[in-house]
Amino acid sequence: MSVSISTLSAGVIIETKSARVSVAAPKGRLSLRTRGDLGVFGSALGVEMPSKIGACVRSGELEVLCLGPDEWTLMLPQDQVASIFDALNAIYEAQPHSLTEVSAREVTFEIEGTHATDLLSIGCPRDIESIPVGEARRTVFDGVTVILWRDASTQFRMDVWNSFAPYLAQTLETGCKEIAAELA
Amino acid sequence: MLLIHCPYCDETLPEAEFTYAGQAHVIRHPEPSSQTDQEWEEFLFIRENVKGDHFERWRHFHGCGRYFNAVRNTVSDKFLTTYKAGAPRPQLSDLKEGGE
Ligand SMILES: [Zn+2]
Repeated sequence: MSVSISTLSAGVIIETKSARVSVAAPKGRLSLRTRGDLGVFGSALGVEMPSKIGACVRSGELEVLCLGPDEWTLMLPQDQVASIFDALNAIYEAQPHSLTEVSAREVTFEIEGTHATDLLSIGCPRDIESIPVGEARRTVFDGVTVILWRDASTQFRMDVWNSFAPYLAQTLETGCKEIAAELA
Repeated sequence: MLLIHCPYCDETLPEAEFTYAGQAHVIRHPEPSSQTDQEWEEFLFIRENVKGDHFERWRHFHGCGRYFNAVRNTVSDKFLTTYKAGAPRPQLSDLKEGGE
């Protein structure tokens, strides 16, 4: 069982006319590593497993994101974590893999608003506009590895390891104020 | 900032996502106990110091996490190509005539 130790609680960190940054409610997070047959994993999970790095598929409340050639992250409600373990344990013999619960490792920031892309560009060297809507990328934000999900044109989620979260929350808060000040 | 093509993500991305990881194609002997002290020294410590086109490893650290190989000109910093770990070492002449 994974116990959340985040020092941040869910809720809005800052909202200006540029963007809103909030901490999302806790979620179930699983890390899957395998070089097995993706078709079998897909059947067990009820999704078509993505094999392109950065691509996501969704089924009900389950999201599966391909992070690397043999690495996926699964996001889902916490009360569904056990059923995923059951589903993948059933194929373990034929399809060796590593499935690890990492729910308590990360928190998610929700970043949205007309200037959300500008706000992300203060810390992320990528061209944010190049991330297709509906996909996600593991990248870097101000020196910290993050996973950036683009849910809509100006709506993002950022998964951050707990120990970096207070620092990134402050950075995003400052950036949000500065961009709003420029707009004024 | 340099832009580097990750052969696993198939995207050309800022250098800030990557880390340098030394000379490429340094192969550990399949029977380590057969190696003399001098052979170990060469394997562990002796590296080329190329002025020009250098075969080297990079890691897409803040990304897919994979190590891959690259050919980079150490004078101009231009990347001639990048390729997956385990892929054969490309011929320099091919890289220069045809481009990537
Ligand atoms: Zn990559």
